Amino acid sequence: MKIHEYQAKSILNQYGVRIPRGEVAETAEKAYEIAKDIGPKVVVKAQIHAGGRGKGGGVKLANTPEEAQERAQEIIGMNLVTHQTGPEGKLVKKILVEEALDIAKELYIGIVIDRAKEAPVVMASSEGGMEIEKVAAETPELIFKEYINPATGFLPFQARKLAFQLGLEGDTFKQAVKFLLTLYKAFESTDASLAEINPLLITGQGDVLALDAKMNFDDNALVRHPNIKEMRDLNEEEPLEVEASKFDLNYIKLDGNVGCMVNGAGLAMATMDIIMYSGGMPANFLDVGGGVSEEAVKNAFKILISDKDVKAALINIFGGIVRCDLVANGIVKAARELELNIPMVVRLEGTNVELGKKILEDSDLAFFSASSMKEAAEKVVPLASQ
Amino acid sequence: MSILVDENTRVVVQGITGGEGTFHTERMLEYGTKVVAGVTPGKGGQTHLDVPVFNTVADAVAEEGANAAAIFVPPLFAADAVMEAADAGVDLVVCITEGIPTFDMIKVKRLLKEKDCHMIGPNTPGIISPGKCKIGIMPGHIHTPGSIGIISRSGTLTYEAVQQVSLQGYGQSTAIGIGGDPIVGLKFIELLQMFKEDEDTEAVVLIGEIGGTAEEEAAEYIKQEFPKPVVSFIAGQTAPPGRRMGHAGAIIAGGKGTAKEKMEALEAAGVFVAKSPADMGAKIKEALS
Repeated sequence: MKIHEYQAKSILNQYGVRIPRGEVAETAEKAYEIAKDIGPKVVVKAQIHAGGRGKGGGVKLANTPEEAQERAQEIIGMNLVTHQTGPEGKLVKKILVEEALDIAKELYIGIVIDRAKEAPVVMASSEGGMEIEKVAAETPELIFKEYINPATGFLPFQARKLAFQLGLEGDTFKQAVKFLLTLYKAFESTDASLAEINPLLITGQGDVLALDAKMNFDDNALVRHPNIKEMRDLNEEEPLEVEASKFDLNYIKLDGNVGCMVNGAGLAMATMDIIMYSGGMPANFLDVGGGVSEEAVKNAFKILISDKDVKAALINIFGGIVRCDLVANGIVKAARELELNIPMVVRLEGTNVELGKKILEDSDLAFFSASSMKEAAEKVVPLASQ
Repeated sequence: MSILVDENTRVVVQGITGGEGTFHTERMLEYGTKVVAGVTPGKGGQTHLDVPVFNTVADAVAEEGANAAAIFVPPLFAADAVMEAADAGVDLVVCITEGIPTFDMIKVKRLLKEKDCHMIGPNTPGIISPGKCKIGIMPGHIHTPGSIGIISRSGTLTYEAVQQVSLQGYGQSTAIGIGGDPIVGLKFIELLQMFKEDEDTEAVVLIGEIGGTAEEEAAEYIKQEFPKPVVSFIAGQTAPPGRRMGHAGAIIAGGKGTAKEKMEALEAAGVFVAKSPADMGAKIKEALS
């Protein structure tokens, strides 16, 4: 799960990570008040989940509270387009108003789980403010890494090593070591999957603060962090995906016109792929779960037909232990209740497959049956383009 | 022959009295798997499905000689269950549970380094050596004994591969789902090493998906050390970047982990790569002709 910058900063602050003074606002008037309180010089930052906000015009400097109000007026309600939002952009509803600090140096700190090493890794780089993927590709020698043993946690000597590698000294060095250790503490304690400080700011006085902050969390662990789970912002998500998540369905909207309903994530991806190889494009990823319950099928249909781009659907169910006749009955019942009127190609496999096919064919609904994935994809693509 | 599980495997099911545990233990017993014990803390001394239930895995190992554990325990308790099984001295733990926090698995894998115990999963359909032993939730009847090894990050897509392989007239020596999570137990390379030594395995089907670099690492190993033919399919060629495609581990992050990179690495290693998922069976035929 992703959260906003202001939320990440409030979490980090609880663990002792130093952040600039600031507050979140939803109105320009509030921005004025905050600037009066902490200013006069402030930065007004759009709060959306995508990166690249500065370049898109979502981060602005203000010298006075009046200016802060004006900048806030411009940013709140704007459709912010960045390289991560796609051309449609994101509507800005909230801003973060923060004290403007003088920048002596910008560094990079990131913590992620390294899948190959099966351990968290703390990364530090002198190239702050840049995209770390770019630094990794072009100048990998400028990224320093320390892997964490989960039994011991991130050790002080490792933090010192990174701070030395960044070329820090004196009080700034000490502050940076503390910053790194507290940041890791926050990462571990919250079951984060990403904690990224880009840039980490060194001020003219040598102080160390998180100028920006990004945190993502392990969805599987949110159940033990109810306060973080509450930070989910549904405005940042595709409405159909929010709807699907209420039914515990894994759904992701895509650009094509062939709707898919599949049991199992791997098979669902493979079904999308075969639609492409048959000359079409999938409208979505949708995993109804291995068990294919009637309830899940019905909810999945609701989501599928809410997407107006869907012109035909491919239902690919490898039953296995689940009986195909039960699945077929569920599909027919759901389709009838929802009065589905798009053509649907159904591929069933598993126990009682013939019985399942017969139920679909006898149903007087627009079902076409197929006996393999390939046949199903080849049938559905022309139906979608009619 | 087969790898990891066979007719001598004696299974203890952790969470045997729960709904999933009960349902799948019944299916495993039907298949002929030797389920010799169950564990539900506090229910020791009872029997369930005619299987004796113990309070601890250690008791199940001592009393019934269990040497493999199947885990049907809810996500927040599953890591503890794996570590209990490893500590009790079983050779293999198959963790079916989906939704285990990543940090929990990081700790589990650290502990496993000190134990002589392999883990399969989590978030896996399990492992089957057709006709001998099935530990997991896959449909037994679609499998036939034979000479093809199958290693997959997926569940139902593995069944698809099994069926395509069977339609070409080949059975399976052992089929393993390694799990859809970012951190899993046995991975492609360790299993390929086992299939290399298994005389009855003629060829291997390797089913990968977007996310991580396990397929690239496997490709490097195959290129250097694996002498048998390998067929592969990578799911998620049409998946958008940055989105988690159902499996916790299936995500293209920072431009890395795309299907294209994985397919290219495998092709460069001499693997028969099926571009379309419909061609896995045909590729096996091509690889063995």
